[in-house]
Amino acid sequence: MNKPSAVETKTRVIKKSKIDYSQGPPPVSINAAWCKACNICISLCPQNVLAADIEGKPVVAQEENCIQCGACWTHCPDFAIKSNYK
Amino acid sequence: MSIAAKEAGARQESDVVLRYLRPHVKFPNMWCPGCGNGVVATSLIRAIDKLGLDRDNVVLVSGIGCSSRMPVYLDFQALHTTHGRALAFATGVKFSRPDLKVIVITGDGDSLSIGGNHLIHACRRNIDITTILINNYIYGMTGGQISPTTPPGAHATTTPYGSAEKPFEACDLAKGAGATFIARTTVYHTTQMDRLMMEAIQHKGFSLVEVISNCHTYYGRLNRLGQATALLRMFQEKASVQDKGTNMVDDRTKDMIPTGIIHRDSEKTELCDEYQKLIDSLAKGKPA
Repeated sequence: MNKPSAVETKTRVIKKSKIDYSQGPPPVSINAAWCKACNICISLCPQNVLAADIEGKPVVAQEENCIQCGACWTHCPDFAIKSNYK
Repeated sequence: MSIAAKEAGARQESDVVLRYLRPHVKFPNMWCPGCGNGVVATSLIRAIDKLGLDRDNVVLVSGIGCSSRMPVYLDFQALHTTHGRALAFATGVKFSRPDLKVIVITGDGDSLSIGGNHLIHACRRNIDITTILINNYIYGMTGGQISPTTPPGAHATTTPYGSAEKPFEACDLAKGAGATFIARTTVYHTTQMDRLMMEAIQHKGFSLVEVISNCHTYYGRLNRLGQATALLRMFQEKASVQDKGTNMVDDRTKDMIPTGIIHRDSEKTELCDEYQKLIDSLAKGKPA
């Protein structure tokens, strides 16, 4: 039941993003009032940008890694994530 | 491309969803945390926005069920009908106003069990309706009973020792009944879902998009499959993305989910066109 799947065991080299987020807004904005802490965005992020806070809701932890792939906001069922760069 | 240019060019891409939500509805939505219905809703909005359709000319018709709550949140013309009869009402809407784009949002129990006859007869007539069938293998809203698509051996609240029944294949059923655009995708493959929904809405004739969705609250919990993320990973592993715009080779070996365009027929005539021809010929005074 809890054994890691073949997809999850693949290791992925995390590189820094080409976009510099230090000047502008964060790569993604999270509407915490609409978020239900389903963990999909944190789990699907290939670059480990998002991390869970104490309620399980995502926070932007490593913004310099975000490559704007869109995996978080296309899979968000609660319309709670939007990208500030796309 | 600089960041500013990217911002200006593609800003509506990620927050386009917010422009199509009803302003006076209470959010967050009523679906369980991680439910695939919200993913389908955002994908549908992106498809409609990319096609540039006027929201006053798009009608969302739904029946009863978790998935059928979608028109409550999306700001299009909406018709929330009785259980299973969404396609019957949609046929009436399309027949009286052929200029409207009619999209039916339905679930597996709603369209295959209670409304099974409406589905096959809408397919047979080949009326220009887009049906989005969200298949989560179980009745979610009423408490986890088996649905017509529950796989054999799967556990539900009405089959605590595993289901002994054979399931429906919704796409094969629609193909046999005469639908002219049939596609299957999963909630994991959002880019493919956007593309298939765009093609289905543009297609002239009856189009069915089956979206395999996750019900981790009942199906995942009773079958020990884990939470929403585990089910999404399962769809990622099981799905075989095969189509490149052509008719697809059906590969159902090893419990795979074949995704993509399954059947497309552009030759068959559409019902509203045929009816208009009949009206025109009768107006000239001679029956067709």
